[in-house]
Amino acid sequence: MEIAIPQPVERENYLNKEYGVWSWLLTTDHKRIALLYLVSITFFFFIGGFFALLIRLELLTPAGDLVQADTYNKLFTMHGMVMVFFFLIPSIPAVLGNFLVPMMIGAKDLAFPRINLLSWYLYIIGGVFMLHCMLTGGVDTGWTFYAPFSTNFSNTKIVEAGIGIFIAGFSSILTGLNFVVTIHRMRAPGMTWSRLPLFIWAHYATSIIQLLGTPVIAVTIVLVACERALHLGIFDPKLGGDPVLFQHLFWFYSHPAVYIMILPSMGVVTEIIACFSRKRIFGYSFVAFSSIAIAVFGFLVWAHHMFVAGISVYSALVFSFLSYAVALPSAIKVFNWTATLYKGSIRYDAPMLYAFGFLGLFTIGGLTGLFLAALGINVHVTDTYFVVAHFHYIMVGGAVMGYLGGMHFWWPKISGKLYPEGWARLAALIVFIGFNLTFFPQFVLGYLGMPRRYYDYSHMPEFQVLNVLSTAGATVLGVGYLLPMVYFLWSMRYGKPASDNPWNAAGLEWKTTSPPPTFNFDEEPVVTWEAYNYEELDAPPHTQEVPVAR
Amino acid sequence: MPDSTLVGLHHEEEHHPELLHHFATEEQQRDASSLGMWVFLATEVMFFGGLFCAYLIYRRLYFGDFGAASKSIDATLGATNTAVLICSSLTVVLAVWAAQTARRTLLLTMLAVTMLLGCVFLGIKAVEYKDKFEEHHVPGASFSFNNVPIPGHPGEYANPRHAQIFFSLYFVMTGLHALHMIIGLGIFSWLLYAAWKGRFTPEYHTPIEIGGLYWHFVDIIWIYLFPLLYLIDRHP
Amino acid sequence: MTEHSSASEKSSPLKLYFGIWIALLAGTYITYKAAFIELGPFNAAVALGIATIKATLVALFFMHVYHASEKLTKLVVIAALFFLLLLLGLTMSDYATRPWS
Repeated sequence: MEIAIPQPVERENYLNKEYGVWSWLLTTDHKRIALLYLVSITFFFFIGGFFALLIRLELLTPAGDLVQADTYNKLFTMHGMVMVFFFLIPSIPAVLGNFLVPMMIGAKDLAFPRINLLSWYLYIIGGVFMLHCMLTGGVDTGWTFYAPFSTNFSNTKIVEAGIGIFIAGFSSILTGLNFVVTIHRMRAPGMTWSRLPLFIWAHYATSIIQLLGTPVIAVTIVLVACERALHLGIFDPKLGGDPVLFQHLFWFYSHPAVYIMILPSMGVVTEIIACFSRKRIFGYSFVAFSSIAIAVFGFLVWAHHMFVAGISVYSALVFSFLSYAVALPSAIKVFNWTATLYKGSIRYDAPMLYAFGFLGLFTIGGLTGLFLAALGINVHVTDTYFVVAHFHYIMVGGAVMGYLGGMHFWWPKISGKLYPEGWARLAALIVFIGFNLTFFPQFVLGYLGMPRRYYDYSHMPEFQVLNVLSTAGATVLGVGYLLPMVYFLWSMRYGKPASDNPWNAAGLEWKTTSPPPTFNFDEEPVVTWEAYNYEELDAPPHTQEVPVAR
Repeated sequence: MPDSTLVGLHHEEEHHPELLHHFATEEQQRDASSLGMWVFLATEVMFFGGLFCAYLIYRRLYFGDFGAASKSIDATLGATNTAVLICSSLTVVLAVWAAQTARRTLLLTMLAVTMLLGCVFLGIKAVEYKDKFEEHHVPGASFSFNNVPIPGHPGEYANPRHAQIFFSLYFVMTGLHALHMIIGLGIFSWLLYAAWKGRFTPEYHTPIEIGGLYWHFVDIIWIYLFPLLYLIDRHP
Repeated sequence: MTEHSSASEKSSPLKLYFGIWIALLAGTYITYKAAFIELGPFNAAVALGIATIKATLVALFFMHVYHASEKLTKLVVIAALFFLLLLLGLTMSDYATRPWS
């Protein structure tokens, strides 16, 4: 209970309400759980990044002289598994989604707070299995663990890694379940579907994919484990099984998984672009429905990862066509973001720099996806660095940029402090430069024929120059990622206190204190305005506070 | 956790003891729980779905071998188990009705009978598994399926490797289903205990409803498993 | 859930429940017996057709989907089935169009 005292006292908020380790480890407050996730996924991000560093170091020279071939196989496998399952998939939903979804809809918490906590514990348990697997030898199959290598031939700890991914998968399913039920049932009075922030639509679409896709890879992992233990023959050609069936089941989830990784980022970028152009999003319903369309269409295209695996050519034609179709809703979003920027009052704060980076890099990544969807091109560039560059443009240039932009945008709300804007803009620039230097050469390398997952390219020494550029870029990128870690931590202690709405942004989360109280709002909000009401927010009598942190 | 900082909808009314603090009304809580269980069941559809996908593909590829393998499992036991689960679904629905109409004894009885029927199901399954083990039809080192005729194709014998795929899918699918039954028994034992303690009333019996949804779902999975696994080709 | 039922369901759900129960048992019996009759390709159709009817009855009446007040419940069921059929159908379309094996 708060007691009114004349002297200034720190207001009670979710951070200072209770202290002590157990108040964090047993919390059901969605905001605290979001921070638990923040720490965990940052940890796994650096582990995945460490493996990336070793990969890039090996590829500095054509000869395989840093590590042995088997070790290299483990490096790219663990890099992929950690980054996909323990960083990218949870990242925005588990951190920003958990923190913001209830607040943006005017609720006190998610629908199932205890399941939310369980979700984090499952993530941690899955992570422990994965860590143990890595520390005791790792896996060498590639993150895609194709049969029959993974089921019959590899001597590495596939079942253990599989258990880790299975359990983390349930964490993902429960997060999705929580979001869907929350968005349907817990909206504040007046918060109709068409007034929801597009961040919410994006997370709703993401949750659909998490719910319907993840169980399929879960059961596939079960089959792989059974196959390894009992030699069942389900994927073993010697026993009548079909390894391509594994790929069908694997990619049925893993393709929609990439939309789990990008949709939340698109939601973040939408919020940032609206705020820093001071404009309503152009074509709200188009952006909202395109999120749902991406979720649904994303389930129709998985075999474009299998064009050369042995599927029928008719099947390949159908999946190629559908892969073109799935680009349409993403393109619609890019058009709408661009139209929002047009004639907006653009501010170049750090979140907006990340959003601009996202726009350009996601577009490049997405367009190169269309190249890959064309069967004729796919045959030549599949399993080359072209594919690696394509998905890193989307995952890193897109998803991670969106994540960083979102962290900067909502940091004042989460921590109650302002980060140093100058350093943040510098870091955004370093990330952008480092990213392009790392991955653009890889498009060229792939097109010229350098295969992926090779530790030794001494039969093509002319590729060294581009590889050196790529490794140099990776170093710059690493610096760019370390800077926010440093200044965010710095700002928690030394940053200027943030007001309720330092960006003068639209959205219910900005109508409560920074940081928010445990139950988010002192009074249940009643919504009577449309989303992105920037004209009202910028109306003349309103004195705007423009924070500049030094 | 104190709510006193809030001026919300619910602090004026009497709190139902089962109302959780982050919900405004009991109806919201009930609707959220119900939607949550339905969404979870959707995920379970996809979980089993992967196995059904593998099954359908191999059944089409190796129809004859699958027919021979299917014929070797006991269809009468399978049909009996189907009937057992159907009866248990009835008792579940009666349990929900009992909770809705404040019939405590009936509620407790129906919950207990449901669990009993679940145990009968698992018992029959155990018998079936034992039979398969004795006939060396369990995939693995001691699997053997030689000289088994393909139904409808006199003179042709099933390929043991393809038959092993059938049995692999049989054990994984029925095993996963049995695991879900066991979890269901766990859920129902909690429901039975809570009902015995008097936690459920006509106003609040959501756990029984959503536990029931789970049980019906497990029944539906078996409704499909029975014809697919046991009745591929039963002709002499 | 009680508030959502229609008047007719409230007055005698028991008759409905026992009726569905008998139908389900009858369906099981018919499925079992029909399996031993030579129907060629229709054996599978009969077995799966009856299974689908049984599953539908359980979902509509035991799981109360028929009387659900909200369209959302039905939407969740339909969505799950849609994605399941997508998985089964599109995967099968690869195998069905392979000219080899």
